[in-house]
Amino acid sequence: MAGTALRRRLSWQVAKVSAVTTETPSVRTIMLEVPDWPGHQAGQHLDIRLTDEDGYVAERSYSIASAPGEPVAITVERLDDGEVSPYLTDELRAGDDLELRGPIGGYFTWGPQDGGPLLLLAGGSGVVPLRSILRHRERTGSTVPARLLYSSRTLDDVIYRAELDQPAPGVEIIETLTRHQPPAWTGYARRVDAALLGEVEWPAAEMPLAYVCGPTSFVEAVSQALVQSGYPPQRVKTERFGATGGT
Amino acid sequence: MQAVDGNAIGGLLLEVFGTEMTGAATVCGTCGDARPVGELAVYLRAPGTIVRCRTCDSVLMAFVTAHDRMCVDLQGLAVLG
Repeated sequence: MAGTALRRRLSWQVAKVSAVTTETPSVRTIMLEVPDWPGHQAGQHLDIRLTDEDGYVAERSYSIASAPGEPVAITVERLDDGEVSPYLTDELRAGDDLELRGPIGGYFTWGPQDGGPLLLLAGGSGVVPLRSILRHRERTGSTVPARLLYSSRTLDDVIYRAELDQPAPGVEIIETLTRHQPPAWTGYARRVDAALLGEVEWPAAEMPLAYVCGPTSFVEAVSQALVQSGYPPQRVKTERFGATGGT
Repeated sequence: MQAVDGNAIGGLLLEVFGTEMTGAATVCGTCGDARPVGELAVYLRAPGTIVRCRTCDSVLMAFVTAHDRMCVDLQGLAVLG
């Protein structure tokens, strides 16, 4: 029947954790085996549901860290006052079950047909869906030029550090550390603002496609600056977290 | 309380509408501001889930679950889809 795929019921299902890896002191990547996974697009999410002994339920949405076609993975930052993330980062082990539903979302997504050049702007764990986009770009053989500007507090807070140190051809990684920089740091050492964006962004005339993901304050500042520099609002896709670990 | 955005309720909207909605167009019924759902301001920790206009702060959508039923209020929207 036409429309069946679109009208797929979004059902909760139980996935199995296949591995948990440490990205930073407060961030873990959780690899999942999901029995009934229809495939996802780069930039999509899934919802996680935790139920405690007396039936209290907490749900949160997490960006998918892996590219389409790769095993499903999420990368989770521990929020000290969080209801869900401390369990995911501190308690969850390989072999555990985890209830989830997804994939979800069609706004903050990218595929090779969307083109570029790509300007990816990440604050803190906002890098997660952008990593999925970069991996998807590489796996599909896309030659769209891509720049990732990634703001973290310190070098120890940089997620996917080893991977980002070896970018694929056509990808530039530009980092800024806003709180503390190691000796001989050659990246930026300040918050992302209009001046910094002016040094790294593609000229608006090249019709770039921007994806901005991070805490609300980061996304607001960056997306406004991009629009002021001539990016059409519909070419600036945004995704905001609530209060998180910072940039 | 800090807002997230419409991307965070993609699962809820898929549950309610049966289709992906984060890219759907909206027009605020109060000020006429037009944006995709993914751009709207979303408050998750209100009683229920509240979606507001980024320009005039009007309530566009409200979702409240009570007695195993979800109540959906879309009165603040002029356009959705």
